[in-house]
Amino acid sequence: MKLSAYLDGIGMIGPGLDSWIAARPILAGSTPYEARPIAVPAPQSLPLAERRRAGTVVKVALAAGYEAVTAGRLDARQLAAVFSSSGADGDNCDALCKTLASEDRHLSPTRFHNSVHNAPAGYWGIATGAMTPATVLCAYDGSFAAGLLEALTQVVVEGTGTLLLAYDAAYPDPLRAKRPIPSAFGIALALMPARSAQSLARIEAGPTDDTPGTLAEPGLEALRRVIPAARGLPLLQALAQACNGRVVLEYLAPLSLAVEIEACR
Amino acid sequence: MPCRFETVRDLDTYIGEVAGLDEFKLPGPLAEYDCRNNRLALLGLYQDGFMAAVEAAIGRHGRRRVAVLLGTSTSGILQTEQAYRQRDPVSGALPDDFNYRTTHNTYSVADFVRRVFKLEGPAVVVSTACSSSAKVFAAAARMIAAGLVDAAVVGGVDSLCLTTLYGFNSLELLSPSPCRPFDAGRNGISVGEAAAFILLERPAGSLDADDVLLLGAGESSDAHHMSSPHPEGLGARKAMRAALSAAGLQCDDIDYINLHGTATPGNDAAEGRAVAALFGDRVPCSSTKGATGHTLGAAGGLEAIISALVLQQSFLPGGINTRHVDPGIPVQYLTGNREGAPRRVLSNAFGFGGTNCSLILGKAE
Repeated sequence: MKLSAYLDGIGMIGPGLDSWIAARPILAGSTPYEARPIAVPAPQSLPLAERRRAGTVVKVALAAGYEAVTAGRLDARQLAAVFSSSGADGDNCDALCKTLASEDRHLSPTRFHNSVHNAPAGYWGIATGAMTPATVLCAYDGSFAAGLLEALTQVVVEGTGTLLLAYDAAYPDPLRAKRPIPSAFGIALALMPARSAQSLARIEAGPTDDTPGTLAEPGLEALRRVIPAARGLPLLQALAQACNGRVVLEYLAPLSLAVEIEACR
Repeated sequence: MPCRFETVRDLDTYIGEVAGLDEFKLPGPLAEYDCRNNRLALLGLYQDGFMAAVEAAIGRHGRRRVAVLLGTSTSGILQTEQAYRQRDPVSGALPDDFNYRTTHNTYSVADFVRRVFKLEGPAVVVSTACSSSAKVFAAAARMIAAGLVDAAVVGGVDSLCLTTLYGFNSLELLSPSPCRPFDAGRNGISVGEAAAFILLERPAGSLDADDVLLLGAGESSDAHHMSSPHPEGLGARKAMRAALSAAGLQCDDIDYINLHGTATPGNDAAEGRAVAALFGDRVPCSSTKGATGHTLGAAGGLEAIISALVLQQSFLPGGINTRHVDPGIPVQYLTGNREGAPRRVLSNAFGFGGTNCSLILGKAE
């Protein structure tokens, strides 16, 4: 069973990959990849109070989401949204656990509401005004593929444009030792039911037993292996190369997700 | 019961704690998943012949064709809260036997259930706070409609932990007495815990009169505030309307509404306004959280099961603990059980971050 959609916008943010526009020549192989810490912009679209409260994971999700929506000349208020993350806000989780392990267990209300896995979806709604359905998923290392599958299912079954936002953030120590995600990372894909002037490609995905693909560039492959959201990089590399092809993404091993790409221009 | 959970002695509130979980052990091959949340999950799977029903579905469709879609808000985070108390005094490291992936990680419970049944198909956790295990019905129905799978184990599991108890305390939302949804004097939630599992399957050619159908699901976002609902219940109204539209039904087709009804002043007022705007006071409704407490990420699944029982056993459940229904909320709130023959029931689940989901279940006829 395969599910298809048109890809109208891409957003991306990661270490050494400031945006999809900046990352495209790197992924296409025409510009070398240079590893450096991620630069996360403050989400200007959020009201000041929410901007202050938003953690890294929210900023990464919003940065990628806005880039995809803008590139596709889309209105976020018309799109359903699928958020997918392995762990959401690691800094906030660490702070809560430290307080709860201390003599004084009183928590800050902001820390508590930021602890929900769907905090980025809540901030996205406040920032964009989107009252459309938003779901928030986790499938550990398979979170990117699980999110893509759910987003495509929504496009096909509901017939609505759906924005996939897949992102992760690092845990600080001591959780980092147990879940070593080295950096925040985000990918957003605007998936539409019909072809438009903005359509970059038609993609078609379905489960497969094939082994997930890897990236030839060692720095990028290192990201793919350690950051769940970066498991989507083989798809973005194929899109950067703008040619037809097929990639296999890690999902729930031994089950993988195959994505066939047909360029629109 | 008054809250004496784990080491919690300073919170003046009532909780719904499942008895015997501390002694309940996971069988050997599943031992690495050991945490309160997965213990509760397995205890839930053991009830009511559920495992046999799933095995039968696997026999009909195959291990690749049965999905696992579950909701949780806090997963096994209690394990991490306890591990932080056992940090190495010098290095600050967590204990060696702490396993993040199989306990704390949000996906843990779906991974666990997939492992219990040796399933090999799609699986995911939906974690949208208190709407989580309602939204899995919508996602599973879509997967079945798309032809990805033929059946799905859906529902939710959420268990007591310090994060939610002290978190709701920080928002001053814990009731010092058992919660009283829609009461004029309601003063907050009672945190509970639950595992709720439902086997969702594409309807067979012939249905029994007792079979319950998922007629429609509606989802929306408030786009308003992280921890308070839209005061007019705009998002809630959108979700209920979307569920009616998905089911091809009108407001008058609904015979009972199982409210989200958490018993905080703001939540019940907003939900009441939304229900009144769509249904007036024509449809009997109640919140069953007076009986169960608020089971957070498991609430949507738990209340879908209650809604199914309402259809199968032909009665409308009154909300317990509520003494004086808030006269400011113009809905037909039931404080006692009523006999009836409901054919279609709507169930609401709303959560932090402004996430809303309404389900409509109906009797097969």
